[in-house]
Amino acid sequence: MRTDTHTPPFVVSTHTRASQIAAVLAVALVAVLIFLPFFAGRGLIQDMFFILTMLVLAQFWNLLAGYGGMVSIGQQAFVGMGAYAMFGGVILAGMDPIPAILLGGLAAVIVAIPTAFFAFRLQGPYFAIGTWVIAEVMRLSMAQVKALGGGTGTSLPRSATREMWATDWIATVFDVRNSAARDILTYWLALALAAATIAAIYALLRSKPGLALSAVRDNPEAAKSVGVDAGRMKWFVFLTSAFGTGLAGALIYVQKARISPDAAFSVTDWTAYVLFIVIIGGIGTIEGPIIGVIVFFLLQSLLADYGSWYLFTLGIIGIVVMLVAPRGLWGLITDKTGIQLFPVRRRLSGGALDT
Amino acid sequence: MIWIDTLAQGILLGGLYALFAAGLSLVFGIMRLVNLAHGDFIVMAAYLILLLVTLMGLSPFVAAIIAAPVMFGIGWGLQKHLLNRTLGNDILPPLLVTFGLSIALQNALLEGFSADSQRLPTGAISTASIDLGVLTVGVLPLLTFGSAIAVIVGLNQLFYRTELGRAFRATSDDATTASLMGIRPGNIFAIATAIAMLVVTLAALYLGMRSNFDPNIGPARLIYAFQAVIIGGLGSLWGTLAGGIIIGLAQTVGAAVNPEWQILAGHVAFLIVLLVRPRGLFPRAVD
Repeated sequence: MRTDTHTPPFVVSTHTRASQIAAVLAVALVAVLIFLPFFAGRGLIQDMFFILTMLVLAQFWNLLAGYGGMVSIGQQAFVGMGAYAMFGGVILAGMDPIPAILLGGLAAVIVAIPTAFFAFRLQGPYFAIGTWVIAEVMRLSMAQVKALGGGTGTSLPRSATREMWATDWIATVFDVRNSAARDILTYWLALALAAATIAAIYALLRSKPGLALSAVRDNPEAAKSVGVDAGRMKWFVFLTSAFGTGLAGALIYVQKARISPDAAFSVTDWTAYVLFIVIIGGIGTIEGPIIGVIVFFLLQSLLADYGSWYLFTLGIIGIVVMLVAPRGLWGLITDKTGIQLFPVRRRLSGGALDT
Repeated sequence: MIWIDTLAQGILLGGLYALFAAGLSLVFGIMRLVNLAHGDFIVMAAYLILLLVTLMGLSPFVAAIIAAPVMFGIGWGLQKHLLNRTLGNDILPPLLVTFGLSIALQNALLEGFSADSQRLPTGAISTASIDLGVLTVGVLPLLTFGSAIAVIVGLNQLFYRTELGRAFRATSDDATTASLMGIRPGNIFAIATAIAMLVVTLAALYLGMRSNFDPNIGPARLIYAFQAVIIGGLGSLWGTLAGGIIIGLAQTVGAAVNPEWQILAGHVAFLIVLLVRPRGLFPRAVD
């Protein structure tokens, strides 16, 4: 150790040149996407909504499984509860759908507390199926709630969707019909949610708790020995992931405006797709889900006409990627080029070699 | 009177769930692997039996005997060439690979056999019953329950009385040391999965004779099997039977109260056991 205390002997940094360029490009990209509705058709806006909401779900599953080491197959529980809470707020309490989205996030956190209590009693693979069982319990329970349509589901009242916040304004500015204005509004919200999600997860992983999180995933015993409260980190990540997933679920169903227990708690739509996005893109990285969702969208567009063969192919691709390149496409790219757009690894630079 | 009947039905249904679960329990006990495609393999075996029945005009029992070695081979190949490559300290690869397999299998079956509900032709046995004085029970449910007990006795004998069973236990305890003694863990795992597929074939036979099935019911069978294993306690096959009976009872009683509550009641029973006895009723394995 140097005794000189005036200048720090070394610098811990996470920035790289690529990450600084990426940050600038990311801001520019978000700016372009904000103005997208001015020159894009309704179809593209709807596609972008799908991509952005799947990206949010993928980022939160990745936070849970890739960073938190908790492989859940029950994320549909939070999508469904978020969506149903939003519907409840609109139908039962007469709320506007937009603020009711926050209710969705809140509801997801509330049900996540007992979920975690049960699921944390199960280890590894059994945790995965346990979360699935709890999602099934929620699906079957919501099918019993007759006020929200029971097993057949229900729609948002026309009055609520017509008079949704800001849709009048958007309809005037863009000179479009009410339904198209709703698509633009939900698109903007999805963009905001996706940008906030990535920024928040990136900030978390670069912070001290983020370091603790990686430590717990890699070796819980060693992490505990240096003073990390592993149990608390698990709770924190699980509840955060539930909150974000619930918000995304509520937002998705504001756009769909029609809900049923089987759709809102679908393991295929809200967990299987999300899993494949993260695996194909690269688990345990922020870049992975972004690449994954693009590949997923392209595959879906290409294979949309082939029905079940599409899902079959997706399953096989998932298996092959897991066996051949377990760190996904982004893992392959980093191995080849060394580029990291969202670096979370701490690197030591400066400092003297002589001591 | 009706309650005694309901309880008897529930216990006998538990036999079917124990059959679903025995394969899962066996594989987990030996290699700590949970095959998320387990339910879909049961459905696949049911279609295989159906195919043999319709193409060759066989009785479902004979068809199952022919299907069993095929499933044995599939299990062996699957473990040897695919799942063995995923085993290790990281729990992600086996989970995600078997989940991908589950999705792929479901959709391949959907493409091959359509989403229509199917049933194995059973003839007289499906309606035959035995009068026990206080209640009358169906021959088929009784046969299912008897098969579950036979499978558990058989697996326990295999585990504790044979050389293969010793190899299973040794590999389960410490694969590295076992390999020093001339055991090849990869082969042992392949045989274990192959045996699990034999049980799967038997489960598929009874599933197909007792109820309708379609390509999408696999995941629900996996969940029942999983619940039976957890309630019983990891590593105990008799516990798995008890777990199956508890799920079966809860579902039958739930359905008797309100038909919409059947599945929910099973899940609630599982959660209650998890709350009261997190390690199951008869825990044996340390993990």
